[in-house]
Amino acid sequence: MSGPNFSNPVVRWIDHRLPVFTFMHHEMHEYPTPKNLNYWWNFGSLAGIVLVIMLLTGIILAMHYTPHVDYAFQSVERIMRDVNYGWLIRYIHANGASFFFIVVYIHIFRGLYYGSYKAPRELLWMLGVVILLLMMATAFMGYVLPWGQMSFWGATVITNLFSALPGVGEWIVTLLWGGFSVDNPTLNRFFSLHYLLPFVIVGVVVLHIVALHRFGSNNPLGIDVRGKQDSIPFHPYYTVKDMFGLGVFLTIFAAVVFFMPNAMGHPDNYIPANPLVTPAHIVPEWYFLPFYAILRAVPDKLLGVLAMFAAIAVLFILPWLDRSPVRSATFRPLFKIFFWIFAANCVLLTYLGGKPAEGIYVILSRLATVYYFFHFLILLPGLSIFETPKPLPRSISQPVLGSGTAGASKENS
Amino acid sequence: MAETHEGATRRDFIHVASATMGAVGAACVAWPLIDQMNPAADTLALATTEFDVSGVEEGMAVTIVWRGKPVFVRHRTAKEIEEAGAVDINDLPDPETDGARAAKPEMLVLVGVCTHLGCVPLGQKATDPRGEWGGWFCPCHGSHYDTSGRIRKGPAPTNLPVPPYEYISDTVIRIG
Repeated sequence: MSGPNFSNPVVRWIDHRLPVFTFMHHEMHEYPTPKNLNYWWNFGSLAGIVLVIMLLTGIILAMHYTPHVDYAFQSVERIMRDVNYGWLIRYIHANGASFFFIVVYIHIFRGLYYGSYKAPRELLWMLGVVILLLMMATAFMGYVLPWGQMSFWGATVITNLFSALPGVGEWIVTLLWGGFSVDNPTLNRFFSLHYLLPFVIVGVVVLHIVALHRFGSNNPLGIDVRGKQDSIPFHPYYTVKDMFGLGVFLTIFAAVVFFMPNAMGHPDNYIPANPLVTPAHIVPEWYFLPFYAILRAVPDKLLGVLAMFAAIAVLFILPWLDRSPVRSATFRPLFKIFFWIFAANCVLLTYLGGKPAEGIYVILSRLATVYYFFHFLILLPGLSIFETPKPLPRSISQPVLGSGTAGASKENS
Repeated sequence: MAETHEGATRRDFIHVASATMGAVGAACVAWPLIDQMNPAADTLALATTEFDVSGVEEGMAVTIVWRGKPVFVRHRTAKEIEEAGAVDINDLPDPETDGARAAKPEMLVLVGVCTHLGCVPLGQKATDPRGEWGGWFCPCHGSHYDTSGRIRKGPAPTNLPVPPYEYISDTVIRIG
């Protein structure tokens, strides 16, 4: 392989022995990226940056936090009141979790719309679902650490989900708790795992990127890059575009952190945990609400738990449910309509998960749950057979330049 | 292992045998790493609680702590006992007679943890909602329990459990 020529002799000396610079050059500068990516493609790198923000603030918070039932709540209040800039770091971390999910959910819906899960990117997609699961576990355990009322009862309800498993359920729950209820051993192990899992996420993110760089990014047209005229180097074109998106993101993020830091939290979590009193209305963090709605929609305990896990598990087999060879919704008129219905249904589930389980909300939750699975299990396989897609352009350049083979000398986009 | 000629079979045997020994060894090492998560000796040592029920007046309910969980002690009125006894147990989701759930009929002792997802049901205070059967009502997902702590309506699969307890004197119970 002919590596790039570095002018700096130190870089050259190092690169000869440890080819990190060649690697960077190859993956950033030479890495050919479709030239028609729109702003929805910003959310991948954005998710990576939010992960780094969460790691940094989390490591700092761990320096001031005490994982003990008698001190956890107070140590968090001490961070808020006494530790220099502790309030800022904690608010970044707490809201960062919400923003991480916002960014990742947009990233996922982008993949759903443009068919980014289809061959040859199935493993890339499945690794992404693994990351989502790890994020959920990490976020859940992180929410337990301040040891407020919502922390405690959230932990109780979620760990009790496993008691629904026949036979081994009770054994697993005791094993998770390290006792007969959520208590100090539970808090200790959640802290340990909350510190560990983000690094596991980093590992899976690396695999996600390795899988991505195998075939490169999908693009809004959903057709393959045909040659040089269809792509541009990632750096500097997309690094600049990503930086702009990052600026917009940080503006919104800062506005929330500074002006409405508790908007996405729950006031009950500022009451210290009390194992004898359950708050009147337990709701998980907003990013779990759709799954919580599915859990509550099913009247049977075990089936409810299974439905909730199935709601994520179905994403793993999505590449084999949607058999249509056309990736992008742009060329799939019916799929496009049902995509937006599905997205609206997810918003509805989020709304319903935050409502008490009674009256009309129960009925709506059931309908929305049925539709969620109907979309994946019946609609998508059906559409792959019955839908007539629009004709695809011959190449990424063709719609712009009128010919698939024209050179990509100068092009405004 | 599908190979059939002689030399390979002997070598395969060694491979399989050593891999099996390795797996057994790994499982032996894994067990302490898993079992450390189970309740520790000091947690287990706190597994019994004693309580004097004589202070609980008729119609009154008290919540005590056993193994970190709330335990409901309710001194039932004659009407409540009658209601609990009058039910045809075949109509219940989790059939159990009232007599089998209370060592002394007036003094009901239950683990106060909803069998659905572990919330603490309301109904200990006179002002709490007690559900449609006058027992307890779980606010989390809407389970109704009767005056014997039996599930009557809602997502909870089983009755509120009766903890293992015995009267060690006329008025003192030991739970656990």
